[in-house]
Amino acid sequence: MAFKTEPMTINIGPQHPSTHGVFRLRVTFDGEVIVDVDPIFGYLHRGSEKLAEERNYVQVLTLTDRLDYTASMTNNQAYCLAVEKLMGVSVPERGKYLRVMAAELQRIASHLIAIGFFLQDLGALATPLMYCFRLRESILDLFEMLCGARITVSYMRPGGVFAEPPEDFWPALRRFMEESPGLIEELENLIMENEIVVVRTKGTGILGIESAIANSVSGPVLRGSGFAWDWRKADPYDIYDQIDFDVPVGNNGDNYDRFQVRMEEIKQSFKIVSQCIRQIPDGPIRTELPLVLRPPAWQESYGRVESPKGELGFYLVSDGSVAPYRCKVRSPSLLNLHVLKELLVGWKLADMIVTLGSIDINMGEVDR
Amino acid sequence: MTKSLTGKELHDYLVQGFGAYLLDYGEQDILIDPQKIEEVCEYLRGSSGLEFSFLNSITAVDYVEYFEIVYHITSFSYNQQAILKVRVYGREEPALPSVCSVWPGANFQEREIFDLMGLSFKGHPNLKRIMLWEGFPGHPLRRDFEDVIKY
Repeated sequence: MAFKTEPMTINIGPQHPSTHGVFRLRVTFDGEVIVDVDPIFGYLHRGSEKLAEERNYVQVLTLTDRLDYTASMTNNQAYCLAVEKLMGVSVPERGKYLRVMAAELQRIASHLIAIGFFLQDLGALATPLMYCFRLRESILDLFEMLCGARITVSYMRPGGVFAEPPEDFWPALRRFMEESPGLIEELENLIMENEIVVVRTKGTGILGIESAIANSVSGPVLRGSGFAWDWRKADPYDIYDQIDFDVPVGNNGDNYDRFQVRMEEIKQSFKIVSQCIRQIPDGPIRTELPLVLRPPAWQESYGRVESPKGELGFYLVSDGSVAPYRCKVRSPSLLNLHVLKELLVGWKLADMIVTLGSIDINMGEVDR
Repeated sequence: MTKSLTGKELHDYLVQGFGAYLLDYGEQDILIDPQKIEEVCEYLRGSSGLEFSFLNSITAVDYVEYFEIVYHITSFSYNQQAILKVRVYGREEPALPSVCSVWPGANFQEREIFDLMGLSFKGHPNLKRIMLWEGFPGHPLRRDFEDVIKY
């Protein structure tokens, strides 16, 4: 005899430790099985796109820091590329190298947060997270040397970067590059083969390639599904065309694959940074531009980078004044979030938290 | 390098099926009649030789006279990108067809445009505010929006 069950709707969040920010999920359950998911957000909406219309081109840079606050460098980079396209200026070689180096360090830091909180969501409270934060801390220290700030960096500027790194930066970076791969290996040995991690993540939250592409999914989530698409390879910006690195992909598109892709990307980022240290030429770090930029009227540009979360793009329209007429942010977190419903329906409550963690959203970027 | 299709190339691809609905083309983009945007997108996504399977972003720009909706699309098979544009006139309840049936990923972006720009998308599965709360007066990304909250 079958039991008659009644669906039940539960709110997860907006204040919940596993929602990675102020984010609410309205989930309908049949017993323990998810039948419907409705993500509700906007709690962190600051109107960044509207604010950008009232600031000059360089000032807008500080707004981009606050979009995905775990990856400010890549936000800066995407915005600067868009402004440079608009102005038709190029960046000196040394400036490009410094940018790529900073962006890759940022990718390591952002992926470490993703992995740390993912494991915390699995129930491994604090310990693996602290392993990740130990390493991230040294990256933030390097950023502090570069530009004086740890999170809201504003390091890159249209035309190059803000300043030449101080003398003690290079020894510190070399020390970091010597110590860190060992720490990553230690973390990997701790978690990758861990019984609980494997059982809970393998085969859950499966995303197919077709569905990922149709849903505009990008970044590690797309690559976890087995589709090797990386804008650094497909459309190289700055000096990625002179750098040798691989694009790691998953096999099944499950939570484990997304997690593994991030782990592998960290190693590739180390490879990129060490190549940058070897190859970086001497020379100017920035093309001299006026303090207040005034691009020609009614031009438009789309600057795009492969940010740690996916494809981050800035679409700018100029009107001949000192402020952008329109500044649209193509945020990877928002678009990756759309696939959540498909990933969750049919799975159990316990898988929900894991799957949300594996997508790696950042509410600052979702809400803007 | 990702190749950007020029407006002329896009026009040549589309002229056979949609000749009457191609309004203009620029250096990098093509302007399409809003009534046909869904069909054009479906054609660009489905036809072999183009395969624009990925929607990068949808942006709405308020030019006061009209709203311009910009579609950035990418073909992974051929590593090329294209820009489609649509113009919608009128400030009271402007509307255009949704492309959610072509790319489900358009869902949140169209909701965002509905919320912040006040454009409705016909055929959208779940058109409601996404960033702001229900009952928020006006659409803040419009150029003529004035602060409703006085400090």
